[in-house]
Amino acid sequence: MGEPGTKEILSLEQLEVAGGRRTGRKHTLSILVENKPGVLTRIAGLFARRGFNIDTLAVGPTDDDAISRVTLTVDGAKHPIDQVTKQLHKLVNVLKIRDLEPAEAVTRELALFKVSADGPGRGEVVQLAEVFRGKIVDVSRRAIVVEVTGTDDKIEAFEALVRPFGLIEMVRTGEIAISRGRSET
Amino acid sequence: MRAADALMECLKAEGVDAVFGLPGGANLPTYDALYDAGIKHILVRHEAGGGHAAEGYAKATGRVGVAFGTSGPGATNLVTPICDAMMDSVPTVFITGQVRTELIGTDGFQEADIHGMTLPIVKHSFMIQDPREIPEAIHEAFYLARTGRPGPVLVDIPQDLSRADIAYEPAREVHLPGYQPTTEGNQKQIRLAAKALANSRRPVIYAGGGIVNAEAAEELTELCTADRFPVTCTVMGLGAFPAPHEQWLGMLGMHGTRAANYAMDEADLIVAIGARFDDRITGKLSEFAPRAKFIHIDIDPAEISKNVPAHIPIVGDAKNIVPRLTAEYRALETDPTRLEDWWGRIENWRRQYPLGYEDSADAEIKPQLMCQALYEATGGDAIVTSDVGQHQMWTAQYFHFAKPRRWINSGGLGTMGFGLPAAMGAQVGCPDQLVCCVAGDGSVQMNMQELATCSEYGIPIKVFIMNNGYLGMVRQWQELFWDRRYSAVDMGRHPDFVKLAEAYGATGMRFEDKATLVDDMREAIATDGPVLVDVRVTREENTYPMIPAGQAARDMVG
Repeated sequence: MGEPGTKEILSLEQLEVAGGRRTGRKHTLSILVENKPGVLTRIAGLFARRGFNIDTLAVGPTDDDAISRVTLTVDGAKHPIDQVTKQLHKLVNVLKIRDLEPAEAVTRELALFKVSADGPGRGEVVQLAEVFRGKIVDVSRRAIVVEVTGTDDKIEAFEALVRPFGLIEMVRTGEIAISRGRSET
Repeated sequence: MRAADALMECLKAEGVDAVFGLPGGANLPTYDALYDAGIKHILVRHEAGGGHAAEGYAKATGRVGVAFGTSGPGATNLVTPICDAMMDSVPTVFITGQVRTELIGTDGFQEADIHGMTLPIVKHSFMIQDPREIPEAIHEAFYLARTGRPGPVLVDIPQDLSRADIAYEPAREVHLPGYQPTTEGNQKQIRLAAKALANSRRPVIYAGGGIVNAEAAEELTELCTADRFPVTCTVMGLGAFPAPHEQWLGMLGMHGTRAANYAMDEADLIVAIGARFDDRITGKLSEFAPRAKFIHIDIDPAEISKNVPAHIPIVGDAKNIVPRLTAEYRALETDPTRLEDWWGRIENWRRQYPLGYEDSADAEIKPQLMCQALYEATGGDAIVTSDVGQHQMWTAQYFHFAKPRRWINSGGLGTMGFGLPAAMGAQVGCPDQLVCCVAGDGSVQMNMQELATCSEYGIPIKVFIMNNGYLGMVRQWQELFWDRRYSAVDMGRHPDFVKLAEAYGATGMRFEDKATLVDDMREAIATDGPVLVDVRVTREENTYPMIPAGQAARDMVG
């Protein structure tokens, strides 16, 4: 590419598309929002209206009363993530969006599993919970509740393992994430 | 100070000189404060009329349009104008009354969650929960409405809160940490765009309503004439580039000219400025401009690469970017002969496919002729509004807009009933200009009641109904794509529009003879006060040329 004033300019063939691409992986978006009426509805509504799917969603307070953090995960195979974040940025109450790179962030999710425990498998479920560093948080004659934290892979692995023992129900919080290192998420 | 009085002070501080609205129980305090606030209020006959009038005011003047409505049905009647303003980026503020806070959530009388139901169709909205928030919310609403990509902002105020006593201080800086539109435009990208233009052999400049909003029409013309760049505009952008100009290809899109659509199809570089690649422009997306690279300049980053991926995205204000692009381009040494082949091709299309129609053999007025006659009768010197349908497209094709803010229509939402109240609003904003509305016989009846408002306030709009007795565009589609099964498109027994005009206190006229049409129109225009003209046109005439929905530019018919 030449400088202005030169005849050798630039070939249009050299130009490549910027944006609008699908990355093909899961994205974790960490979003700071003002605590204003309807802010969560605005985010959820935006996803619905633009045809984007939210895979998980977690909302909670931050150390500032006026600000909440929304962590949501989106499938980058189904949607162009830059379009998702640009649309989110248009919401006036959205202060900051960070698309966390997997290597740069710690992600966690908490899940509670209620597993049938009236059969001989009871001991095995307890053992599995130990292997997953889970906690038994409720025990009754017919069921136990196990709390597991970790990445979604770990939680899904635990789910697969306890399912044969009779998974009565499962509750997940949705993923939360924080960036690694000193800088703020 | 009572919060409602503080609201009036805020409106005055924002320079509001006219408000369109209708009172009700929940906004009684607002109207009490309005009583001696010194702000002109136009009492509309339906809140939708008020909302569209606010849009017409905003589009004609570039200032923020304001509409009031009460809670419940008053507010829901504003939903269509709010959505319309969102789609067409019209700077507007809608202030609705809400039921008393103790009644919210109880399904109280005239309660509607207008804040909730308009969330997807506002640029932003405020639900007042503390009366002390009102002044700040009003100033923020105006700031949001007019800056960045303009749009509608709703402020919903419960009745009891607008009666509350608050300490009012005059306007201060707005505090919107989550709202920082980019206006500057990246210099490197601008330079790259200039180089791409210099290297292009088949460029087209495709300008939209963003040029009008940015007040950048002169800057656009400068850019286009920095070389012989062919120019086309969307229906929202008409007037952003002077239509009589030799580089003007005409409007593009579904009912655009063949020259414009074919040029897009064969272009090697398309410079989109303040335009958003709507489906009415692109047709079948996968076959849209298949040879082109795209420079996309827009103040809204989310528009860039939304429908068509951009090669050189530039986010910012066209007013700021376009002159810098022109300067960068001028600094380049370019080959002035490189566009000759391209112009040869374009001239060919122009010669081969001019806009045209077969005139009637008798006195019958062809609808296209009606638009030409209006252009002649006004000398092109008028603000023209329209409803939505065939008449809108014919006006866009045959009224050659030379300046921005002269053509006011509902482009994105396609709202029937927009034209008459929008003309009313435009006339209030521009009292010294001629304001005409080209209406459909179907559309006009959707907000006909505002003719009463025009009579009441002496708002001298001239409404020309293109009366073919059909919902014409739907009939055309049924003829072309649904085997002529004319389902629910014949308007049957019309009201007598002349008598109706007179009943509303306006002047009614009927034109049926093409020979005297221009003179008749001149007479209508010269008549004092609001005038409603029933122009009888050919019943079954189609709007051509046309890219059938979902097809490509090459598939144009008619």
